[in-house]
Amino acid sequence: MEFVAQTILNALITSSFYALVAVGLTLVFGVMKIVNFAHGEFYMIGAYAVWVLFAVNGWPYAAAVVVGIVGVGLLGVVSETLIFRPLRGNLLSGFIASVGLMFILQVAVGRIWGVGKMKPVPAPYPGAVVSVGGVSVDVQRLIVFGGAVALVALLLVFLKRSRMGRAMRASSQDVEAAELQGISVNRAALVAMFLGSAMAGAAGTLMAPIMSVYPYMGGLVVWMAFVIVIVGGQGNIKGAIYAAVMFGFIQTIVTTMWDSTIASLLIAVFMLIFLAVRPQGLLGHAE
Amino acid sequence: MRNRKTLATEIVLIVLAIAGVVAPFLLGYYYIDVLTMLFINIILVTSFHLITLTGNWSLAHVALMGAGAYSSALITGSLGWPFWLSLPLSAMAAAVIGLIMSYPLARTKGFAFFIASYAAGEAMVLCWTRFKVPFGGWTGLTNIPPPENIGGIDFSDPTPYYFLTGIVMAVSLWLMYRLGRSRIGATFHAIHSQESLAKSIGINVTRYKMLVFVVAAFFAGVAGVLLVHRMWAVEPNQFRWVPTLYLLVWAVFGGTRTFHGSILGVAALTLVGELLVPLAEWVPMIYGLILILTLLFFPEGLEGIPHRVQSLFRKRRTGGEAPEDLLMEGQD
Repeated sequence: MEFVAQTILNALITSSFYALVAVGLTLVFGVMKIVNFAHGEFYMIGAYAVWVLFAVNGWPYAAAVVVGIVGVGLLGVVSETLIFRPLRGNLLSGFIASVGLMFILQVAVGRIWGVGKMKPVPAPYPGAVVSVGGVSVDVQRLIVFGGAVALVALLLVFLKRSRMGRAMRASSQDVEAAELQGISVNRAALVAMFLGSAMAGAAGTLMAPIMSVYPYMGGLVVWMAFVIVIVGGQGNIKGAIYAAVMFGFIQTIVTTMWDSTIASLLIAVFMLIFLAVRPQGLLGHAE
Repeated sequence: MRNRKTLATEIVLIVLAIAGVVAPFLLGYYYIDVLTMLFINIILVTSFHLITLTGNWSLAHVALMGAGAYSSALITGSLGWPFWLSLPLSAMAAAVIGLIMSYPLARTKGFAFFIASYAAGEAMVLCWTRFKVPFGGWTGLTNIPPPENIGGIDFSDPTPYYFLTGIVMAVSLWLMYRLGRSRIGATFHAIHSQESLAKSIGINVTRYKMLVFVVAAFFAGVAGVLLVHRMWAVEPNQFRWVPTLYLLVWAVFGGTRTFHGSILGVAALTLVGELLVPLAEWVPMIYGLILILTLLFFPEGLEGIPHRVQSLFRKRRTGGEAPEDLLMEGQD
């Protein structure tokens, strides 16, 4: 019983992390129609921000997190302006350019801080473990869960309530109609890229004390996020959240029973079968 | 005009063939090896070009090359069968895996196709790393024999292996060229430019997309077999992200509108790669920059140069229009 509860708790934490990364990715795709492979590198840079500021320079953890989130968001804005905006409207070029960006960021980080050793980030609250009725979880994982849920909820509220959020939803549904209503698609894209990248950065800053920090850490995460985005329905935020929970549970349960490679394999096969049956995703609409 | 063009093409081909035959006698082993790798990569990028004819860019292609490589490593290494049997068998094996993958992949397009093909390729690489028997895990397989001697020719020597690769490349290119020019190839083009129109005149779009994927997988498998018997070893990391990046850069830099575009791309970038050897750690970044700069400022790639020069002259005379975006048109 305790084992089951522990597994469910772990799965929820994993799901929240996946949702945070995937929602940012699907937002960027929805508004900008850019398949951003560099999303995983944004996550990686968020983690490096915590390593540099908190672990090396001794800043407070919270300050490092804020700087990491804002910094990665701005990095997203820069890449939108320099690379993605000129290529907008061309899915293939945008996607290939993002692959280029991914390698530029990987090499840049590897050259600046070295490739060899993984960067150790100490726990901000060492030894703090919360246990209730035999189920225990260390505080950092709770921070991941709380942070991820809060950020995703904030984004949903922003999209639903604010003028800008509605403008973004409009331009993700129909660019031309949105422009006719006087919505600046460029501005909507900038905001989407800032928020989407910042969410990847946030995931990196929150996970840095748990994961090993190295230049290629984004690969597996972005892979998972893409699978979630596809299965959830491209550009569909609610779909991404449902899919994140589903894959969070599959990943955790399979990893607990076998190992994480088998989990990734099963997830890939699951996704391919899912696509063959329902290409538009969980909540997507058929064309 | 037409005749002059074919004549020019024939002359270029003959010059290239003569250069290819003479080269190994003038060059050292290192450069023979570089050229052998170039031939293998030409097979890879040309088969990739076949897939791009239908408008899809597969990220599983390098992994399918790996399928050919692993298959040949197992057939010759573990089973002990001869290379000459393993070459067609392993290419078939890659084609069969391509067939399985293509079933879901051909039903997706755009975003979903990129990601699904990426996931499919990654799943295969994960299999190689996870199942130590028979794939050897992260370290892969070693002690793969070179091709057996034929008529006293020792193929473990770089020069005969160079000629073997060259001949296989020539045959593969010819077959792929014929396919691209055939009715089937025309159908691929039709699917790319006007998918719904193609559907409406009764073309089974999904089946053609599967077909092109399988054929491309076959030739990627051929490239993989040639690769593994040159290296005498194989490991999963050879077929992951970095080589996929290279493949994309070759195709984008050269251009995918013509048959020769991506070949020009791989040849030019192999030359660049040789100049960059001292900067090895920076290479992925440089390739990333080439990729982005090409897309932003030169989307037609190398193959667009004659067109650009031509339209430059035309512009001067008649003030005609700028060259259209050749590489990426018709994507949505």
